[in-house]
Amino acid sequence: MPDLLIELLSEEIPARMQARAAADLKARVTDGLVEAGLTYASAGAFATPRRLTLSVEGLLAASPAQVEERKGPKTDAPEKAVEGFLRSTGLSKDQLEVRDDKKGQVYFAVIRKPGRPAAEIVAEVLERVVRGFPWPKSMRWGAGELRWVRPLHSILCLLSDDAGAEVVPLEIDGICAGAVTRGHRFMAPAAFSVTGFDDYTAKLKRAFVVLSAEERAEHIWNDATNRAFALGLEVVEDRALLAEVAGLVEWPVVLMGEIGEQFLSLPPEVLQTSMREHQKFFSVRDPKTGRIVRFVTVANRETADDGATILAGNRKVLSARLSDARFFWENDLRVANADIGQWLAKLDSVTFHNRLGSQGERIARIAALAREIAPLVGADADMAEQAARLAKADLSSEMVYEFPELQGLMGRYYIEAAGFPAEVAAAAQEHYSPLGPSDDVPTAPVSVAVALADKIDTLTGFWAIDEKPTGSRDPFALRRAALGVIRLVLENQVRVELNGSSGPFASSAALVGPRDANGGESTADTNELLAFLHDRLKVYLRDQNIPHDVIDACLAMPGNDDITLLVKRAEALAVFLKTDDGENLLQGFKRANNILTQAETQDGVEYSFGADVKFAENEAERALFAALDAADAKIRPAMEREDFAAAMAAMAELRAPIDAFFEAVQVNADSQVLRRNRLNLLSRIRTTCLGVADLTRLEG
Amino acid sequence: MSRDAQSPRSFQEILLRLSAYWASKGCAVLQPYDMEVGAGTFHPATTLRALGPNPWAAAYVQPSRRPTDGRYGENPNRLQHYYQYQVLIKPSPPDMQELYLGSLEAIGIDMALHDIRFVEDDWESPTLGAWGLGWEVWCDGMEVSQFTYFQQVGGHDCKPVSGELTYGLERLAMYVLGIDHVMDMPYNDPDAPIPLKYGDVFRQTEEEYSRWNFDVADTAMLLKHFEDAEAEAARILAAPAEDPKTGRRIVMAHPAYDQCIKASHLFNLLDARGVISVTERQAYIGRVRALAKACADAFLTTGSGGWRAP
Repeated sequence: MPDLLIELLSEEIPARMQARAAADLKARVTDGLVEAGLTYASAGAFATPRRLTLSVEGLLAASPAQVEERKGPKTDAPEKAVEGFLRSTGLSKDQLEVRDDKKGQVYFAVIRKPGRPAAEIVAEVLERVVRGFPWPKSMRWGAGELRWVRPLHSILCLLSDDAGAEVVPLEIDGICAGAVTRGHRFMAPAAFSVTGFDDYTAKLKRAFVVLSAEERAEHIWNDATNRAFALGLEVVEDRALLAEVAGLVEWPVVLMGEIGEQFLSLPPEVLQTSMREHQKFFSVRDPKTGRIVRFVTVANRETADDGATILAGNRKVLSARLSDARFFWENDLRVANADIGQWLAKLDSVTFHNRLGSQGERIARIAALAREIAPLVGADADMAEQAARLAKADLSSEMVYEFPELQGLMGRYYIEAAGFPAEVAAAAQEHYSPLGPSDDVPTAPVSVAVALADKIDTLTGFWAIDEKPTGSRDPFALRRAALGVIRLVLENQVRVELNGSSGPFASSAALVGPRDANGGESTADTNELLAFLHDRLKVYLRDQNIPHDVIDACLAMPGNDDITLLVKRAEALAVFLKTDDGENLLQGFKRANNILTQAETQDGVEYSFGADVKFAENEAERALFAALDAADAKIRPAMEREDFAAAMAAMAELRAPIDAFFEAVQVNADSQVLRRNRLNLLSRIRTTCLGVADLTRLEG
Repeated sequence: MSRDAQSPRSFQEILLRLSAYWASKGCAVLQPYDMEVGAGTFHPATTLRALGPNPWAAAYVQPSRRPTDGRYGENPNRLQHYYQYQVLIKPSPPDMQELYLGSLEAIGIDMALHDIRFVEDDWESPTLGAWGLGWEVWCDGMEVSQFTYFQQVGGHDCKPVSGELTYGLERLAMYVLGIDHVMDMPYNDPDAPIPLKYGDVFRQTEEEYSRWNFDVADTAMLLKHFEDAEAEAARILAAPAEDPKTGRRIVMAHPAYDQCIKASHLFNLLDARGVISVTERQAYIGRVRALAKACADAFLTTGSGGWRAP
C-alpha cells in the first residue's frame, strides 16, 4: 500500500489562513480520492508560512475494478428501445448478453469499469483541488491565470512504497510536480529531493523548517516561559498571538528583551496592546508587581550573534512605539486632570450617525436615561448620570484614537486620575459590556445603569430611523445590543417593565424623539422593539436548553416585558414539564381544552363560569371540584409571590383528579344541565392552568 | 546596525544604491513625476502602466505629500513631505521576492544577521479604485517596505499582474543609518566639505507647509480648484479620439490623469484643513475614484495601454 506526500510551496501565506488551508487541503484531497475509489488508512495536514503539506498513508495502489449489471429490454422489443439501452450503457449490441427471464429472453448489459492506478487519480484530484481551492482571498501573478493565495512556486507530489518513490505526473499552469522542495528561505534555501513523508520531515528539520504548527507553537511557548521563569517572571498567555506567531516563522527562535525604564509606568494594558498589535510581541510580567517588564519576540532564524542585532532592532522599534504611547498617555492625563470636559465638548462635533446626531447628543440622552434606570438597579441617580456623561469621554483621547480597542479602559484610568469616584470610573470600562454571549456582565449598580442606558439608546435610536437588522446584515450590532440588555437584566435580576408606559423604552424613545426614518419622520415603535428583544431572548433561552414552545407559553402571559419574571416562569415551566406529573397534567389540560373548545365552537358560546358542585354526579366529579378549589387556594398566593414552582406543584396536584374525572365521566352527557355544568368545570381547569402559563402553546 | 565599508553613510547614498541596484536588474530608472502626489503609486508609471498587456519595468523616487502628517518638523518620523522609492515590474517575475531581498542587501542590510519577514498586508487604494495582495516586509520588527501584486487598477483587472514595491525611504534610511530623529540624518556624505543633514534641507519647509496646510490654505479656492480639475478631466476625456489638427488618433489619457492627480491632492489639502466631514469624505473619495476610472478606461484605448489600430 503506497503512501502519498503532497507539498504546495508558495510565497508567504497569511498566518491567519494557514490552519484552515491545511484542513481544506486534507478534506478536499481525501474526499476526492475516496470518491474515485481510493481508500486510505490515515491522513495528516500541515502548514508553514510557505507550504501546505498533506501526508496520506495506506492508500490503495489502484481503485478497484467495478462490474455493473443492468437489465435491458426484451430481445423482441422494438429497435428504438434497444438503441436507447445501448446509448445509456455505452455498449454495442454484440456486447450485450441475452438471458432468460420470466417473460422471455432479455438483454443484459455487463459494464466493466477497470480499476485506475493511484497516480492517475491523485493527479486528477490534486489539480482539481488546486484550481478550486477555497482561499478567503486569492490572486493571480505574472502572466498566468492560476489563482493561489500568493504565487505558487512548486508542487511536490510523491507516491512511495517499499519498492521506492515515484513522482505523480502532473502539471498545473506550467508548474510540474516533482520530488523536490526547499528549506528555510534564508538558512537553507537550496533545493533537495525527498523519498517519503519521514524523509521529508527529517530533511526539512535539517534545513531549518519545523513542519508542524503545533510543534512550533509549543517550542515558542516552552522556550518563552522557561526564560521568563528563570528570571522569576511569567509570560502573559495569549493563544491567538501564539497561533499567529507560529504562522509567521518556519524556524522559531525566541528572544527576550527589556522594556526601557521610562515606559514601565504606562498601564500594563497599553504596553500589552501596543506590543501585540504593532509588533506581535508577547508581554512578560513580574508577578510580584503585576507590571509588564519585558517582551518576547520570535525571530525566524538563528544568527551568528545569537540574535543580538535582531533584538536590538526590535527594541528600537518598540521604543519608538512606546514613546508615542507615553506621549499620548501623558498628554491625556494632563487634559483629564485639567478639565475632562474638553473631551466632552469635542464629542459635540463628532457625528455618531447622521440621522441620530453627534456623540455629544447621544451621551446626553444616555445620561438622562441612566438617571431614570438608576433606581431600578439600585444605583444612585446622580452618580449614574455623571458616569454616563463621562463614560465615552476617552473617545476624544489620543490613546483611544491610536488604540480603539482600549476604549473604556483608558476612560477608567483617566476618570480616576481626574478624581471622580471609583464607581464612576469603573462604569466607563464596564458600560460596553457584555460584548458577546460569553463576555462578563457588569454587576456594579452604576455600571449596570449606564450599560443598560447605552444599549437601549442604541436600539431605540436605530429603530426610530428604521435601520433594523435584516437577515445576516446587522451593521450596527443591534442583535448584540439586545442580547446585552437581556443579559444585564437577567444576570442582575433587575425587575423592570421595559415597555411600561413610563418605562425605559418609552423614556428612551421620547429622548431620541422623532427622526428621519428613510423618508418620513417617526419615533421608535417600542412594541416592535420589544418583539425584537423577545426574538433574541428566544435564541438566548434555546441556548440554555429551554424549548421554544415553553418560551412561547410564557411570552403569551401578561407582563412579558419584565424579562426577569418571564424567564423565572419559563424556567419553572421547563422543569415542571420534565416531571411525570407535568407531562400528564399537560395531557389532561389539553384534553379538557379540546373538548371545551369544540363545544364552544359548536354552541357559539363561551363556557366560563358557573360550574356547581351540586350537579356533580359521582365521586370523581366531586373530587375534581374539591381539587380545583384546593389548587386555586394554593396557586393564587404562590403567583402573588411569583413562586412559579409552587404554583406549578399545586397545578400538578390536579393531574390525578383530572385523569379520574375523564375516566369516570362523559362530559357530553345527554342532559344539557349536566353537560353545561361539566363544560363549565373544564373551563375552571383551563382558567386555573392558563393563569400560570399559556399551556395551549405547548407542543406534545 | 553593524558598520563596515559596505554600509551606506547618508540618505542620498541609500537612494542612489537603490537606483543602481534596480538599474542593474533591468529597470528603467525614471525621474519623479512633476506633480504633487500622496504616494509613489500615483505616478503614471505605476497607475497607468499597470494597465493593459504591455510589459514594463520601472524604478523611481517619488516625493510624496501627506498634508495631515505635518508636525512642523518636530516629530522624529512624521513628515508632510517625504520620499518613496517605487518599483513596478509587469509581468511580476517569478523571483520578485529574491530581487527585493537583493535590494536590501544592496543598501547594507546583512541577511545573515537580520530577521526579514513577509507579513500579510493587503493593499487597497479607494481613490484609485485599485487593490492587490501582498505583505508589509519587516526587518527586525520594523516595516521597511510594501510588496504588492496588483490585481485591479481603476476598476480593471490587471492582466498580466504587476509586482509593486514601495520603500518608505526616510524610515528605511534611518534604520540602516541608526538615526533616531529624521532631522538628524545625514543627507549627503557626513565627511563632505559641506555636510548637510535632512533637517538642513527640510526642517524649514516642514514648518512652513505645516502652517499652510493646517491653517492658512484658502479652502474656498481649493474647493474651486478641485471642481475645476474634475471638470477639465471630463472635458479632456470627452474630446473625440481623432485630433482635427493632425488627423491622428490622440487619446489624452495622461493630461486627464494629471487632473485626477490634482483633484486627489486638493482633496488631501481640504482634509488637512479639517473642512471635510465624515460623510462628505466618502463622496469626495468617490469623485476622485470616478476620475481615476475614467482615465484608466482612456489609457486602455492608447498604444501604451495595448490598443492597436484595427
